Amino acid sequence: MATYQLNVNGQTKKVDADPSTPLLWVLREELKMTGTKYGCGISACGACTVHLNGVATRSCIVPVSLIGNQKITTIEGVGADPVGRAVQNAWVEKDVVQCGYCQSGQIMSAVALLKATTKPTDTNIEESMGGNLCRCATYVRIREAIKRAAEQLT
Amino acid sequence: MLANRRLLSPLFGLMFIVGMACLVLSTRAGSKRDSANPKLADGLAAWEQVYSVLVSPRCINCHTATNYPQQGDDRHRHFANVIRGREGRGVPALSCIGCHQEVNAESTGVPGGPDWHLAPLSMRWQDTNNRPLSSAAVCRSVTDRAKNENMDGRALLTHHQEAALVLWAWNPGRRLDGSMRTPPPLAHEQFVTATRTWVEAGTPCPRAK
Ligand code: FES
Ligand code: FES
Repeated sequence: MATYQLNVNGQTKKVDADPSTPLLWVLREELKMTGTKYGCGISACGACTVHLNGVATRSCIVPVSLIGNQKITTIEGVGADPVGRAVQNAWVEKDVVQCGYCQSGQIMSAVALLKATTKPTDTNIEESMGGNLCRCATYVRIREAIKRAAEQLT
Repeated sequence: MLANRRLLSPLFGLMFIVGMACLVLSTRAGSKRDSANPKLADGLAAWEQVYSVLVSPRCINCHTATNYPQQGDDRHRHFANVIRGREGRGVPALSCIGCHQEVNAESTGVPGGPDWHLAPLSMRWQDTNNRPLSSAAVCRSVTDRAKNENMDGRALLTHHQEAALVLWAWNPGRRLDGSMRTPPPLAHEQFVTATRTWVEAGTPCPRAK
């Protein structure tokens, strides 16, 4: 066990965890922040996506020992950012969600895309969101919502 | 007709003699060149050692000609729809560093190193069917300063000695099942020694077959 000071959504959180524990489980089990979901555990589905220093990152495969002082943003905190807020609003407006399980990860990826590409094309969206799987197949609405958020932001 | 033949046959004879003389002289010039650079054979042999490393999975999996990296000793396509992106670093929500941290993540089996990324397409060592390029073709692109970020022999040696992602090949970490990834076929010191021999011989490349 080791003690870590994590910067989560702008707040310092102290946790005791085994260094090998993936960040996902530190968030969910230690910090009780269950918005970030567990889908596959092997970086294959995107459900666990958070941002580390703004980079969309699969939290299920990053051991807590490698986080250091990087800034962690989760679905609970992303709405504080204008891009994050616009994406969440567009998600509601376009009624994207079906079961909802994958959607935290979808939103975190969409925010990363829009921060890098203000007017994403269909190809940009397909490439960037291609690693986020949705069993309910909400892909068409996700694309519409990303474009809607892009409009709102310009 | 007969007169023509009489004229032509000494001409052919002369051409034959001149041709043979050229052949002998050019062979002697070739052996002169070899003896002027006795390191050439050593350099070419050393290059083959270097090449054996470059086309091993730990190196060639990120020197692809395709729109995606590869993984594993069988060099299969990287999973999770990962693609090259404009600068070989993936795309915004699916970037290389979104999974690959600065060091190997042993508990989750994800390899890592500083600024994890693909080699540029100019440094592809495979064809688009994922077959390794020949030794001659890889040598030509590795030594082409228009393609290799303007590295001369010395810089190539330093690259092989020190570049973080080159060094990673000899510290590739564990797979998810806990087993060690396969390192390249030569130890890093042998790789550097072979590179040095090749560089000191003037980075010779084998002839294309
Ligand atoms: S749970 Fe992390 S990518 Fe699937
Ligand atoms: S909304 Fe159900 S898995 Fe995506």
